[in-house]
Amino acid sequence: MYINRYLICRSALTTLLLCWLFSVGTVDAAASKADPYRPAGMAPIPADNTATPARVELGKMLFFDPRLSGSQWISCASCHNPALGWSDGLPTAIGAGMKKLPRATPTILNVAYNTIFMWDGRAASLEDQATGPIKAKAEMDQDMTILVERLNAIPGYGKAFEHAYPGEGITEKTIAKALASYERTIVSTNSPFDRWHAGNKKAVDDSTKRGFELFTGKAKCSVCHEGFNFTDNGFHNIGLKTLKDMAEDVGRFNQRKVKINHGAFKTPTLRDVALTAPYMHNGIYQTLEEVVDHYDRGGDVKDNLDPNMEPLNLTLQEKQDLVAFLKSLTSQPVLVTIPQLPR
Amino acid sequence: MFFRNLFGCLLFAIAANASAAEFKVDQKDKQFSVSHLKIKAGDTVNFVNGDPFFHNVFSLSDAKTFDLGSYPQGQGRAITFNNPGVVEVECAIHSQMKLVIEVTK
Ligand code: HEC
Ligand code: HEC
Ligand SMILES: [Cu+2]
Repeated sequence: MYINRYLICRSALTTLLLCWLFSVGTVDAAASKADPYRPAGMAPIPADNTATPARVELGKMLFFDPRLSGSQWISCASCHNPALGWSDGLPTAIGAGMKKLPRATPTILNVAYNTIFMWDGRAASLEDQATGPIKAKAEMDQDMTILVERLNAIPGYGKAFEHAYPGEGITEKTIAKALASYERTIVSTNSPFDRWHAGNKKAVDDSTKRGFELFTGKAKCSVCHEGFNFTDNGFHNIGLKTLKDMAEDVGRFNQRKVKINHGAFKTPTLRDVALTAPYMHNGIYQTLEEVVDHYDRGGDVKDNLDPNMEPLNLTLQEKQDLVAFLKSLTSQPVLVTIPQLPR
Repeated sequence: MFFRNLFGCLLFAIAANASAAEFKVDQKDKQFSVSHLKIKAGDTVNFVNGDPFFHNVFSLSDAKTFDLGSYPQGQGRAITFNNPGVVEVECAIHSQMKLVIEVTK
């Protein structure tokens, strides 16, 4: 009896310890200062929205609550679905009134590490971004005043907001802050690549290892997909075709009218990329093989192509190796519990 | 001989006329080497790329609008600021790169 309980305790402890190790594994900086494939520290958190359990919990409820939308039917999680790599599995998103949107839903995994947000970089912070989709006619189509009234009428929310942001009330600002606090907790965990990189030679196969060599070498992927989150937070035109039924999208050019920005989009993270097909801002590719073929061709539309793009002349084996590497960036599965929403 | 002299004179004239200074700003590790720069109207700033990838320096400020285009490591492009004012310089590829140039009379 005694032994049994001890064993259970111990395995619980080990699990806890393992969880801690894995989370620390991707966050700890001290041991790996110069290692570009480990984060250089915790992702920055704004001074006026430090993370507390109450804030994260509130943000999580809001994230999963369809009552945030005009129709009371669409939540953030409708498009950023944890079961689909925090995306929606669609070429481009479907918003209010079942209308197809012009751009794909990006994963929000590791958004905490981004320095700029949206495909065209039109949002400067997570707080800045958070209520955008709520108000956007095409997305959640919700009037903020009505939303604040609606949430105020739900006693459970009154308490949760007071607990998270004492004295600040339910406002567009506190809604945004809570959502951002929750989003910052959505981070990648120890992938096979990370375990290999940390020294476990058996964590990945040889094809993956060759793929990484290509990624940082001959294929030059890491020029743009750099560092632990595999993004330079930069904007590049990689020469994608515009799909027939879609209008031309000039991307970053809308925000900064400089020639190079025409058709340029933000480099996405490649963490968990195997879980987030289809790919690209317009969802043009269904598989990672198609993506690698695109780069091998050096892009399709050459009008304003990023100067780093050129044909790569990869062999079939090399292409397979690159795909194997991309697949090794998938995190250990994380159990996401769906919160009970206040009524 | 005559041409040599003329050439020398010209060079001298350019150098003397322009009490204007030239500044150098590096781009390294996705940062400008300075975040704030004070110059005088007529001064030139040479933007040198020290990173093994491209940068694209530009400004859309009223005091000076320019786009240096993108160029690789080791190359630099210079631009002269003739009008006083505040010029916000950025990199089009890496939005976190920011530099404010204050141009005085
Ligand atoms: C209708 C689908 C949809 C809904 C609902 C939705 N999003 Fe998004 N989200 C998108 C799309 C599409 C983009 C990219 C849009 C663009 O770049 O133009 C995006 C982008 C983002 C980004 C930027 C990610 C990055 O890497 O730049 C964040 C963060 C985000 N959404 C959070 C949220 C939050 C929080 C909510 C709920 C308040 C939400 N989204 C609701 C579809 C949706
Ligand atoms: C010039 C910079 C650049 C280079 C080089 C580059 N990428 Fe990309 N990558 C991007 C950008 C920008 C996007 C998004 C483009 C868009 O949607 O318009 C992207 C998108 C992707 C995507 C889709 C991700 C998603 O979630 O939709 C994958 C996968 C990818 N790249 C892999 C690679 C691989 C593999 C290589 C090397 C063979 C590579 N990239 C080289 C900039 C680059
Ligand atoms: Cu740059």
